[in-house]
Amino acid sequence: MNSKLADKMATGVFVLIALIFISLLTALFSYILMRGLPVISWDFLTEASSVVREGGGIRDQLFNSFYILFVTLVITVPLGVAGGIYLAEYAKPGKITNFIRTCIEMLASLPSIVVGMFGLLLFVNLTGWGYSIIGGALALTMFNIPVMVRVTEDAIRSVPADQKQASLALGMTKWHTIKTVILPSAFPGILTGTILASGRIFGEAAALLFTVGLSTPELDYTNWNPFAETSPLNLFRPAETLAVHIWAVNTNGIMPDVTEIAAGASAVLVLSILLFNLLARFVGKIIEQKLTANKK
Amino acid sequence: MKTISAAENTAKQRLIKTSGKNDRGELRGKIIISIAAFIIILATISITVFLAVKGLQAFVADGVNPITFLTSTNWNPTDDGSSQLGAFPFIFGSLAVTLLSALIAAPIGIGGAIFMTEIAPSWGRKVLQPVIELLVGIPSVVYGFIGLSVLVPFIRDHFPGIGYSLIAGVIVLSVMILPTITSISTDAMASLPDHLRDGSYALGATRWQTIRKVLMPAVMPSLWTAIILGMARAFGEALAVQMVIGNVRDLPSSIFDTTATLTSIITLNMGHTTYGSPENNALWSMGLILLLISFIFIMIVRFLSARRRV
Repeated sequence: MNSKLADKMATGVFVLIALIFISLLTALFSYILMRGLPVISWDFLTEASSVVREGGGIRDQLFNSFYILFVTLVITVPLGVAGGIYLAEYAKPGKITNFIRTCIEMLASLPSIVVGMFGLLLFVNLTGWGYSIIGGALALTMFNIPVMVRVTEDAIRSVPADQKQASLALGMTKWHTIKTVILPSAFPGILTGTILASGRIFGEAAALLFTVGLSTPELDYTNWNPFAETSPLNLFRPAETLAVHIWAVNTNGIMPDVTEIAAGASAVLVLSILLFNLLARFVGKIIEQKLTANKK
Repeated sequence: MKTISAAENTAKQRLIKTSGKNDRGELRGKIIISIAAFIIILATISITVFLAVKGLQAFVADGVNPITFLTSTNWNPTDDGSSQLGAFPFIFGSLAVTLLSALIAAPIGIGGAIFMTEIAPSWGRKVLQPVIELLVGIPSVVYGFIGLSVLVPFIRDHFPGIGYSLIAGVIVLSVMILPTITSISTDAMASLPDHLRDGSYALGATRWQTIRKVLMPAVMPSLWTAIILGMARAFGEALAVQMVIGNVRDLPSSIFDTTATLTSIITLNMGHTTYGSPENNALWSMGLILLLISFIFIMIVRFLSARRRV
């Protein structure tokens, strides 16, 4: 009887813990949305931010976040996918492979502030670029590579071996097989992983604090020449992102509506990341349906 | 006859042609892949080397005694040559928030994992898995913002102190590392073979006895891995902690006292100090400590994964 009672009590405790999880998430989300949604308006999204006055928006920060995300992906995806192919297809068990795995583990577990410090040292000071988008994107690359490598490796390993064997049996070379058979089948997994990683890049702030800076120069949204000084596309300008903006207004903000701006920006950030997650699921499902339908 | 041999010829030519092209493609592929692998190695090594060189500068160029740096509580940087740079309060703060948040998050996280795998394997996982994914997705600045606007005022109203406190940092970090601990523990518990459970139930054990006496011992190294990875995340987290912990340079006398961590002091002061000054160099040394401790965390994880029994 005693052990049965203990069992019931333990079950109760575990159910309680599950409830803690659910109420925690509900509380966090409802707080962000309740505080943030009333602030979000078309003006809030399209106005430039203001340092001292009330009513500043997040236009530049939002653009910068997406632009840095784009630049980071352009650098990270090829590198990460190639690294994943190496580990899944080329790496032979041995010292070098072990070392690469250790390197990836180390990169994955680096605190993002340390990555930011490295970026400050190398991409800001040593190269003489100052705070720049390209420096920030390279710093983000550092801690996003392990994610992309792992995603690619998993996706490739989940491709059925007989597909690869069939291709090799037809006399195709290894690289050709990878290019035309393995990568297309692994594509849905890689894409889903990339979108999820994008959410992480989008919300990152600590690594960007010292690499893209806390300010954005005056931007001219009619000038899309990437080499022009005031162009939004200029890679060598400082660019405060949305996540950095939330930190900066909370820490040093002197405008009267600090909390409103922070709440609105947080809501935009969280909603964007939510969107990334939903997109990843949706895209994954669609592609999977297409692939399985083709097999019929 | 003639046509056949012609066809044979073209087929042969085509074969030769394609094989030549493929050979070149093969080589090109190998080169691309090797370059990527090389860049990954280079990135890791250069982070280590650059931060080590820069982090040792305080000891080599400024003559700060490493022992004093690690143990002194006197942090008083000045512009003339007499600054005292003792980082112990920050090291203590980092260790304190890390251990305390692991203490809170580990039982809840592992409990959640057990709920998902043992109590309600079918619907429990379907409900809690997305919850955990969403919790992972919330960026650290948002956690910091919520901590700042909800937790800090709450602590100020109901407990001694000014709200900004060690406990505020601990609570924010516990929430942040909860998903890490839960998802790794869940994977570990789910990978336990069913015959362990079946054997235990066949002997007449209750579910709780099975969990406590059979499953937990079997999965313990993996659970420790989950906790260590959670701690690594807590140790390296910067902005959320910095926003709620108060950032004063003293040892806390209670959990409701303000304090600072290595990450929070780096975040706050890196921009204000002159590059190359002793105080700035000391911040780089703290970065090096962060790097070294995250290496130690990886070593522990590797050691644990070597000991995994199931």
